[in-house]
Amino acid sequence: MNINTKIAQTYVVSNKKLTAVAVLGVLLGMSVYIFMNCMLVGFDKSSNSSIFKSTAHIRIYKDDEICEVIPKETDETFLIVNPKTVPNKNTILNPKMICELIQKEKGVKIVTPQVSSSVFYNNGKSQIAGLAVGIKPDEANNMFDIKSFIVEGNFNNLKLTQNGIIIGSGIASKMNLSINDNINLTSTKSTNKTFKVIGIFKTNNNAIDKSKAYINIRSAQELLQENDNFISDINVSVLKPDDAEKISKKLTIITGYKAESWSKANESLMAAFKMRKIVITFVSFTILLVAGFGIYNILNMTISQKINDIAILKAIGFKGKDVVQIFVTQAITIGCIGVVGGIIAAIILITILKNVYIGGDLGYFPIDYEFLEFLQGIAIGFVITFLAGYIPAKKAANIDPVSIFRK
Amino acid sequence: MSTVLKTENIDKFFYSPVEFQVLKKIQLEAKKGEFLTMVGKSGCGKSTLLYILSTMDTDYKGNLYLDNQLVTGLSTDELAKLRNEKIGFVFQFHYLLPEFTCLQNVMIPALKLGKYSEKEIEEKAYQKLEILGVKDQALKLSSKLSGGQQQRVAIARALINDPLIIMGDEPTGNLDSKNTNMVFDIFQNLTQNFGQTIIAVTHDEEFSRKSDRIIEMIDGQIH
Repeated sequence: MNINTKIAQTYVVSNKKLTAVAVLGVLLGMSVYIFMNCMLVGFDKSSNSSIFKSTAHIRIYKDDEICEVIPKETDETFLIVNPKTVPNKNTILNPKMICELIQKEKGVKIVTPQVSSSVFYNNGKSQIAGLAVGIKPDEANNMFDIKSFIVEGNFNNLKLTQNGIIIGSGIASKMNLSINDNINLTSTKSTNKTFKVIGIFKTNNNAIDKSKAYINIRSAQELLQENDNFISDINVSVLKPDDAEKISKKLTIITGYKAESWSKANESLMAAFKMRKIVITFVSFTILLVAGFGIYNILNMTISQKINDIAILKAIGFKGKDVVQIFVTQAITIGCIGVVGGIIAAIILITILKNVYIGGDLGYFPIDYEFLEFLQGIAIGFVITFLAGYIPAKKAANIDPVSIFRK
Repeated sequence: MSTVLKTENIDKFFYSPVEFQVLKKIQLEAKKGEFLTMVGKSGCGKSTLLYILSTMDTDYKGNLYLDNQLVTGLSTDELAKLRNEKIGFVFQFHYLLPEFTCLQNVMIPALKLGKYSEKEIEEKAYQKLEILGVKDQALKLSSKLSGGQQQRVAIARALINDPLIIMGDEPTGNLDSKNTNMVFDIFQNLTQNFGQTIIAVTHDEEFSRKSDRIIEMIDGQIH
């Protein structure tokens, strides 16, 4: 074994108390860092999954256009001076071709058209405003996994029943509806249509449960008095949700319609996520940094205790870099023990919390063993211990032995 | 007899609190197998000179030759290597590493040099400890030994790499007369039988009187 390593090890072992305190510091810092970052990933995953229950990764629709100001030949007067929204129909022209075009795009998983219509749900005297979404049952289920939050009835029946409707649990309880009951919908075009309840869903998001219903796309078109070419939105799901923003920009150019990614559509929510991320990252990093200061302090102490040893080592032929190596090895040894302990502690913490039932639409505490976060924690832990060892070691290396011997 | 150490016009200044010339034009030569002692009153510069000769203090004017090689101006790393190979140290306060056993203390400079295997070094270390009569203490922690024993272990450590020169800063300053005599005998044995050069700073008149040559320093000059 290298003599520098041997000396470092002797220092680690002979000063058990100091070593234990430093190790404990790293251990706590590491475990909290990994734990908090795993929690962050868990939070993000659970909030994303609740967003994706009703929001597509990318939604393509025809945005309102404002007509342009048209000036006359002369600069003085204008033909149109007060531009307003063009009274176009909010439909996507030639949806079939556009769907095929999008499907060919790299990274795109599922493409499905949708017709949404604001409606009133009527049952007897009671009336609720809401949104009826016309879908192609199979494709929509692939995208939003609607079956997973159906609580009554059978989703597959929607395909078989042209005038079938799947309503939110909030509507069902307010209107006292159950499977096979009838419900009347009034659209903004004043069309009345009666549907048969074939299913009830519950997303645990109250606002959605109280207003949303799924119907067949053809029924939605009828409600709006449109032909079967009328499509209000095209929903696109991509392989990696994080790429949605990038792909949406491409789709805007390809299709000529507005393509909006889920992160843009939920901007205020994303801002809150971002803030959460910043706070947790900052706090967890600070904790790790404090652990680094622990090592730094303890090495500083060791070095001032061992100043005679350092002088004698330098006198008998140890170079400055040997001294650095000795104390950095000591720091890294402490770091290694602390990191391993920290990983074990983090695994224990996560295991405990994973089994804590929270309730609501969360269920169990949303945390998991995130390999990447562990890796990141280990890397940062080692960098900090290295620095915490290197800085005092460098100081020790510059000790002038003569000045010590003269005292 | 060949020269192992030579100085040319070494000057040394201290700058704080006021500028002060400690050493003035030191001309010194040490031959192989010579037992030199440096004496002089406190503050005459003998310790300062010893640290310059030992290559640890590099802040001086003039030239220093070790084993016919100019060492003035070498980098600190090169000097460290040189010290490891060619110079052994014995200090007034024994300066052993307290967390290591005597054997380990003796072995450290040789392990650093890396010329021999660990096994050979261990054998050699036992040999040196035997010469100094502390072989039975080899596996004890160095901090558990008496002062005289520690000093002998320190000498064993100075000998481990068979250095050209052994330097001592008051090597007997902390010892009683019995141990002092023992250290002197060891030193004499080393110069006469192993051809090693010894340069020791001392206040002990009897110790210096018995050495081969006395260098008396007064006010930074060799008298």
